[in-house]
Amino acid sequence: MIYFDNSATTSIDKDVLQTFEKVSQTINGNPSSLHQLGDYADGLLQQSRKQIADLLHVLPEEIYFTSGGTEGDNWAIKGTAIEKRQFGRHIITTSVEHPAVKESVGQLKMLGFDVTILPVDHSGRVAVSDLKEALRSDTILVSIMAVNNEVGSIQPIGEIEEVLKNYPRVHFHVDAVQAIGKIPFLLGSESRIDLATFSAHKFHGPKGMGFMYIKKGKKIAPLLNGGGQESGRRSGTENVAGAAAMAKALRLVLEKTEEKQKSQKEIKTYLTEKLAGYKKVSIFSQKEGAPHILCFALKGIRGEVMVHAFEKKEIYISTTSACSSRNGTTSSTLVAMNVPEKIATSAVRISLTDTNKLEEAKIFMEEFDHLYQQFKDIK
Amino acid sequence: MQYDEVMIRYGELSTKGKNKKIFIKQLAHNVKFALHDFEALKVHGERDRMHLELNGSDSDAVLERLESIFGIQTYSPVRRIERDLELVKKVAVEMIKELYTEGKTFKIATRRSDHDYELDTNDMNQLLGAEIFSKIEGIKVQMKKPDITLRVEIRNEGFFLSSRTILGAGGLPVGSSGRGMLMLSGGIDSPVAGYLTMKRGVDIEAVHFHSPPYTSPRALQKAKDLAAKLAAFSGSVQFIEVPFTEIQEEIKKIVPEGYLMTVTRRLMMRLTDRIREERKGLAIINGESLGQVASQTLHSMIAINDVTATPVIRPVISMDKNEIIEIAQKIDTFELSIQPFEDCCTIFAPPSPKTQPKLEKARKYESRLDVEGLIERAMNGLVITKITVGDTLEAQQKADFSSLL
Repeated sequence: MIYFDNSATTSIDKDVLQTFEKVSQTINGNPSSLHQLGDYADGLLQQSRKQIADLLHVLPEEIYFTSGGTEGDNWAIKGTAIEKRQFGRHIITTSVEHPAVKESVGQLKMLGFDVTILPVDHSGRVAVSDLKEALRSDTILVSIMAVNNEVGSIQPIGEIEEVLKNYPRVHFHVDAVQAIGKIPFLLGSESRIDLATFSAHKFHGPKGMGFMYIKKGKKIAPLLNGGGQESGRRSGTENVAGAAAMAKALRLVLEKTEEKQKSQKEIKTYLTEKLAGYKKVSIFSQKEGAPHILCFALKGIRGEVMVHAFEKKEIYISTTSACSSRNGTTSSTLVAMNVPEKIATSAVRISLTDTNKLEEAKIFMEEFDHLYQQFKDIK
Repeated sequence: MQYDEVMIRYGELSTKGKNKKIFIKQLAHNVKFALHDFEALKVHGERDRMHLELNGSDSDAVLERLESIFGIQTYSPVRRIERDLELVKKVAVEMIKELYTEGKTFKIATRRSDHDYELDTNDMNQLLGAEIFSKIEGIKVQMKKPDITLRVEIRNEGFFLSSRTILGAGGLPVGSSGRGMLMLSGGIDSPVAGYLTMKRGVDIEAVHFHSPPYTSPRALQKAKDLAAKLAAFSGSVQFIEVPFTEIQEEIKKIVPEGYLMTVTRRLMMRLTDRIREERKGLAIINGESLGQVASQTLHSMIAINDVTATPVIRPVISMDKNEIIEIAQKIDTFELSIQPFEDCCTIFAPPSPKTQPKLEKARKYESRLDVEGLIERAMNGLVITKITVGDTLEAQQKADFSSLL
């Protein structure tokens, strides 16, 4: 089996799973309980938080456990809107965000917030000049992803930070779900980023677990009210096993990142070069994009057909994002990049992780060649 | 920079006449204990200085450990090299470069214990001075109070170079003034009192009163964590846990409310004194600060101190809270102390304890208790644990959790 759908989800790491099991079996207290079992569970929870903070060079009190990327994006956006609504009602985002951002902003629009959606160029990147123009005195939030999940384009986060340094009251949220472990990433006091969303299952951690970075001193309203866990900002009994497993997964993924990124980049480059040799193939991912995502189309063949054809050979890829693939919609990122709809419907995505091998890419290309010959005469 | 030796200067000890030998022996013992895990390291305690031979031990780690050991005035890390003039020039430049920033001045101070060596001290000073001028642009020489002094010693065994003088913790070596019992609650004051007494050479044993289920396991752990912080100054602290539940329940039942606190304190003092006697201590130390709470008035002290003639040392008696907090922060006990776990002093605290209790009444109410029986049973239930540096709950959990994370 060849698994090339790692941006949809990754397999849980063996050691991470072991941590999850061991904690689930042996550390059963509720971290909020008064007794020793509660203390012990709380100790592990705080130790996990500290490890994540240390790995990202931020403070433990800047890390909040969540259920994953969707919750994080919803929280960052709606939490900011509720918190800052008396200061302004203008939100800026881009046309290539994950649905968790897009739909959250959409919901706020229904409630009367004013939304500016920045366009992207043919490579999927926003122009900093567009952002400058869009900023207003009543802007409360800018939400821009670091790495696009469909084509792997990297947004100019550093330049955006420079611009936003002149707007200290605007919250800057970055969806970093596809970026962690894949591109260098700076949070903390040197960075202008206020909020960042992370999801564990994208880096070989458990499903249903994630965390938010909230810069010290920045406020967002809670979405989940209740028992006051996570310093009153995100209620709900803590998932200790999930937090510990995620902390371990993060440590493992951030070990030797440069080597890992290099090997993924090598595979991506190999595939790009080979695919470019086929006349009917269009490639949408840029060379300078994230090292793990390659989006392309074989003209005339719908993405879904490709996915199933490869599936027969036990090779797993996807039509752009997993979230949009089930309901058959075309990739919104590609549409935003001005790719004609006819070609966009043919798009498929290969997404890699550090355990993928060049050998797998070679087998993939053999199978692709067979399919290409098979599909050649179909219009 | 990796060093080969550390030279330790005693300061105050040197003036202590006959006792000097004892002090030096005690300090050597404490230094050995604090550095026991560096197996290659050797300690030589001489009359005027102590020398540590590092034999490859991590010098930064050793220097850091020495910071908190009482009885050390200053200390210097030393490079030991072969008697090779080219080498000494190179090392001298390296050592000055490490400390040099623009505008700083330096001097070379050579001593010669091998008087047959071909160069005398002036020759050496000039040789190295010239080398440094040529290798470090802009550096200036200054004989009086230079920013950097590079000391060079010419000995039979080699050249010894040092450029840094680090301020030690001062005070007297812990243990050189005998042993005392510290009444350690979980508050801010008692760890500070312990620290200050240790500074004057007293070896501390921590006595902690524990009243489960009225006090929580976390309160006990907190006191132990505080003891672990104090252990940094002596290597280890004996932690003596006194079961106090029965006594507190008895007092609550029998003694009038206004005298609850006074009688409770009398019993604590009696128990601490008994423990002191058994463990060959010479004093009791507590964290009382005048006027802070009801038990800490002069009237209260008369009513409580009545139970013993043993010296009771109260190092923070005349300090303001702010001054105490400042020290607590310095010795890293403050954050621990303010954790909110109830200790035995507060559980049965009456709404309005007498601030001016009468000695006679305190004696009378106490006599209604079976004092001997209560003390006997408490003494039979003592739990004594040796606590060393880093023996904290956090460290323990960290070790437990490290395999998971």
